[in-house]
Amino acid sequence: MSKYKVNLKINNIPISVEEGTTILDAARQLNFKIPTLCHHDDLCVAGNCRVCVVEQKGARLLPASCATPVSEGMEIQTNSLKVRQARKHIVELLLSEHNADCTKCFKNGYCELQDMSNDYRIGDHVFLDLVKDKDKERDISSPSIEKDDSKCIRCQRCVRTCANMQYVSALAVTHKGNNMRISTFLDKPMNDVVCTNCGQCINRCPTAALTERNYIDEVFDAIYDPSKFVVVQTAPATRVAIGEEFGMEPGTRATGKMVAALRRLGFDKILDTDFTADLTIMEEGTELLVRLKEALVEGKEVALPMLTSCSPGWIKFQEHLYPDLLDNLSTCKSPQQMFGPLAKTYYAEKVNKNPADMVVVSIMPCTAKKFEAERPEMRGSGYKDVDYVLTTRELGRMIRQAGIDFEKLEDEKYDSILGESTGAAVIFGSTGGVMEAALRTAYELVTGREVPFANLNIKPVRGMEGVKEASVKIKDVKPEWSFLEGVELNVAIAHGLVNAKILMDKIRAGEANHHFIEIMACPSGCIGGGGQPMPTNMEIRKKRAAGIYEEDEAMVLRKSHENPEVTEIYQSFLHEPLGHRSHDLLHTHYTPRKRH
Amino acid sequence: MTRIKELVKEQAEKHGRERTSLMPILQAVVRSEHYLSEEAMIAIAEELDLSTADVFGTASFYTFLDTVPRGKYIVRVCKTITCHMKGKDEIIRTISDILKIKLGETTTDGRFSLLQANCLGWCHKGPVMLINDEVYPEITPEKTSEIINEYLKKK
Repeated sequence: MSKYKVNLKINNIPISVEEGTTILDAARQLNFKIPTLCHHDDLCVAGNCRVCVVEQKGARLLPASCATPVSEGMEIQTNSLKVRQARKHIVELLLSEHNADCTKCFKNGYCELQDMSNDYRIGDHVFLDLVKDKDKERDISSPSIEKDDSKCIRCQRCVRTCANMQYVSALAVTHKGNNMRISTFLDKPMNDVVCTNCGQCINRCPTAALTERNYIDEVFDAIYDPSKFVVVQTAPATRVAIGEEFGMEPGTRATGKMVAALRRLGFDKILDTDFTADLTIMEEGTELLVRLKEALVEGKEVALPMLTSCSPGWIKFQEHLYPDLLDNLSTCKSPQQMFGPLAKTYYAEKVNKNPADMVVVSIMPCTAKKFEAERPEMRGSGYKDVDYVLTTRELGRMIRQAGIDFEKLEDEKYDSILGESTGAAVIFGSTGGVMEAALRTAYELVTGREVPFANLNIKPVRGMEGVKEASVKIKDVKPEWSFLEGVELNVAIAHGLVNAKILMDKIRAGEANHHFIEIMACPSGCIGGGGQPMPTNMEIRKKRAAGIYEEDEAMVLRKSHENPEVTEIYQSFLHEPLGHRSHDLLHTHYTPRKRH
Repeated sequence: MTRIKELVKEQAEKHGRERTSLMPILQAVVRSEHYLSEEAMIAIAEELDLSTADVFGTASFYTFLDTVPRGKYIVRVCKTITCHMKGKDEIIRTISDILKIKLGETTTDGRFSLLQANCLGWCHKGPVMLINDEVYPEITPEKTSEIINEYLKKK
């Protein structure tokens, strides 16, 4: 149904837009940039910061353009004298309640409020300094997220993110008037409340009220310690986003430059989480086939659908909200946590290093991985499997600190071993990627033929829809898989926890007919992770996804089971998927947690 | 099931489990318990399928929905300008002297709390005091001590 068109003028230029469009979006269509703070493209309207006010002819007050729909004959000025004065005062008022300790701030240079005060040349304080929480200690209880109330401007982007995108609501608006703040249940520390550590709030915080816990100095200390052998692993989604830290276009494939930069930073070996992503497919794919066999042949009570376990934000969400369905969760550790114990056992032996002297660092698009690495069960090697987890943003900062000109770097290759990977591993970075990788391998394992999709691209599981469903008919199977002959394999994919909830409620109600479900905590999967460069929006995430799929197509090997290093590790070390060693090193268990 | 959980469940049966049911349930719990304990807020969040932060956020917005323990009799003296000019400070001092508590405190026997309130809408008859839901307008220190002493005789 076509919507009615509404005619209006913005800065004297006539425009016709769909009914319901906000003044802000109409102005954007004319390329007039109206500053915003509480507004975010991923979130619902709040209209509380007021910096986007505009002047409307005939109206006494200045409407907030993000919260006001257009109307017929409207005449808007986005930069009149009245608007400029009001906007400047609004920014000054926000600053009067903001701890503008910019030089010491982690977000210095990356802060939307700072940019705005710079644009409007905010100088002397016109208003009284009302920053209340300046002396209050930052909340650093969580290994993933830091919260500093003195930086908060109460725009509530984080609250809307946590509620509407993630269905968690760890953060809420509490108290009122001049005491109003963004807080947790009974003002408890972040680590003590139901928080998945996904970091989506960080991605949307316009100031430094919410940031990742950063471990840059610890990592540099390890690098400079001659007694330490420091290896680094890089997650699939980081390679198409790290460029943004240096002004490159979102989705630019910068794998080779990232490897070169890591080498210049002084890491001893540059290895790839993609290798363990391939390994995950072997373990998880086998686990799925075993579950199907038990259900279809042996008639056992098996927890199906099986759920993927790569996303630690998702894992914690399930532990809190769906502890009754933990049996459905694959026992596979995430690729990061498969890498850690292998580095400190298999790899340590190969390179003749004492695992006690090894430091494993991960570069992740994720803040929940910081929490994951701290889990007490993640010590399969006998040591802390992964020592430090840095976000893509932190890596960007390290590279800048080291004075490396990222854009001018020549591409370099990962070290061997634990550096080889396939296209199937790269696509782990995007929603639907784990599913696609698993299907490429499982289908071939069972039938001996490639998946019946052009150029191995399983398009039905790709894309940005919140919940995707697909079916693959399995036929002409190898004799040992005869029980799967003619089976319609039903799969589903969700990204963003609010979408995960839709599928989980179906499973709980017994209404899901799926065999296998991929869930990623973050919108668009890891490419939209809580540790990725800012800003974020759907357009940026789509570009990163495109980068991921280009990277996949550019790989020679595109199926996890074809990774020669994977074959080698099964021959010489693990022996078989789900085998004894795999059980010890690559699989885990989960902890039911309270919803409240 | 604990007493609080039963109370919350009973109130949810009565008022429903919609987001809009939150206020009447919070009010009912405060009526019965004088404040919202951690346990009560968790029970409400569970019953209404809300996050505890949401429940706390709503509760902390309203002055009359306390999240710290309060006495059986909550004495509130209006602090706004009319009552201030008509001598609310003296009223507070009188109550303080009788109950041996300062503003914001609760007697050790858990019977009385002394608080200030924003405008109670009785400016024409200030100073005004509220004990639970009972309004006492045009009070003097003498009247106040009579009223408080009456309450002290109650169970």
